[in-house]
Amino acid sequence: MNGGVHPFASLLAAVARGITGVQVQWAGCEPDEKQRIYFANHTSHLDFVVLWSALPSDLRAHTRPVAAQDYWESSAVRRYVVTNVFNAVLVQRGAMAQAKTPEEARFAARALIEQMAAALGEQYSLILFPEGTRGNGEKVGEFRAGLYYLALRRPDVELVPAYLENMNRILPKGEVLPVPMLSLLTFGKPIQVEQGEEKEAFLERAREAVGSLRRIGSA
Amino acid sequence: MMPQAFHDAKLLWLFGGVLFLLYVATLIGRWAKQRRKGEASRATVENVNARIRAWWKMCAIFAAAILLGRIGSLVLFGLISFLALREYMTLVPTRRGDHRTLFWSFFVIMPLQYCLIGLQWYVFFTILVPSLVFVFVPTSIAIAGDTASFLERAAKIQSGIMVCAYCLSYAPALLMLSIPGYEGRDARLLLYLVIVDQMSGVLQFVWDKLIGKNKIAWRVSPHKTWEGSFGGVLSATALGTALWWATPFTPLQSAGMAFTICVLGFCGSLVICAIKRDIGIKDFGMVIERHGGILDRIDSLCFAAPIFFQLVRYYFVP
Repeated sequence: MNGGVHPFASLLAAVARGITGVQVQWAGCEPDEKQRIYFANHTSHLDFVVLWSALPSDLRAHTRPVAAQDYWESSAVRRYVVTNVFNAVLVQRGAMAQAKTPEEARFAARALIEQMAAALGEQYSLILFPEGTRGNGEKVGEFRAGLYYLALRRPDVELVPAYLENMNRILPKGEVLPVPMLSLLTFGKPIQVEQGEEKEAFLERAREAVGSLRRIGSA
Repeated sequence: MMPQAFHDAKLLWLFGGVLFLLYVATLIGRWAKQRRKGEASRATVENVNARIRAWWKMCAIFAAAILLGRIGSLVLFGLISFLALREYMTLVPTRRGDHRTLFWSFFVIMPLQYCLIGLQWYVFFTILVPSLVFVFVPTSIAIAGDTASFLERAAKIQSGIMVCAYCLSYAPALLMLSIPGYEGRDARLLLYLVIVDQMSGVLQFVWDKLIGKNKIAWRVSPHKTWEGSFGGVLSATALGTALWWATPFTPLQSAGMAFTICVLGFCGSLVICAIKRDIGIKDFGMVIERHGGILDRIDSLCFAAPIFFQLVRYYFVP
């Protein structure tokens, strides 16, 4: 065990870095011990592993991904990888959409935020993909509200935008075999919820913070 | 296998000459860096120094390849092919429907090409890409079902495999030729090809800077001039002629071979330049700097290797 990191996680991270040849740029902040929520665009299963592997090894042990329960608990291998290897926080996605009454929705939302806040605890950072699902890489999709409420709930935690480039070409949704193209990962300047900022305005701003880190025009 | 290279005095001379040249070039590069003045000249010096660094790496790779013998060379050139193809495919826009075709290109076609050379299966290795892969790529894209810019995508992938895997693989294939009276000396031939090809590039660059006036195609490459290209090709041909003692050629034959290598190398770098302009890679090249640039170094080699191989095979292998 390497400071709480599962050896298999380090192995997977090394493999992911090899396949993606990822070049990391800290454009708006430096790696730091501070508690953070890294939020990024999502196009591939490689996203989390690559982002995680881009962090200095001492930070990795304290950085957990947020993953969708419905997807990652659907098989024993997935569950093992995500919970045992990466110490992920499994959340129920779409709980608010499925709720029948506004009351239920509010309750589900609060439970979700509390769960993520608890996962942050006193020392952990999170990796979050606020689009909630993998996109096709053309543009960053709408953000779900969780990021906003979590930011309000834990104002002490830094929100760091990140953009992962080309991952959808390396391992797109629905494929199991990767193509070893090169990729880029850019960390941007931390943002925060401004005084009195509305949910929609903040989420749009956060989405732009991610999208603006794109370094190569769309294909 | 290893001692063979050591017993070949001429190979050592050739390699020693390269190291000496590189060492001198590095010293000059350092000296020029210290007395740089002006933004433009600094950029030129930096460009040259970057090339020199790349050649040191290439030299190290080459030395390793020669020490490891035929298989070592194949593995190392295979690796260069892989990196070049990776760079190419990253830069060339592809679509989701190309994914599986690309996977095959990297993990089946390219390794197979090098395996066939290793097995000395001459016919199969020369036709694999031009005939089989030519059919395979569009078929596999068609099966994926996306017809948007179909022909363009197929052509891009075919060209990538052709240049990065097929053409380049002819360089280590030189080691499978058995030339009477030249057995076990093929490494020299490979080194000869690389030296003439790379020196042609450098000398063209130097002549461009010295006497270059009339641009060949400024839209494609703002630096290439007729004067520079002629000067570079002719002086590298002279160098190749002077290296005849390391080859199975007579001085005159060596001049012809070197001239062919230089002209083809020129075509290669011009074509790759045009591809780069087309996909606006100049900016991208800076973005992926750490990984970029392999294609820039081997573009001329890719175009020169197949014809050089075929000429040697036609005239010198009974």
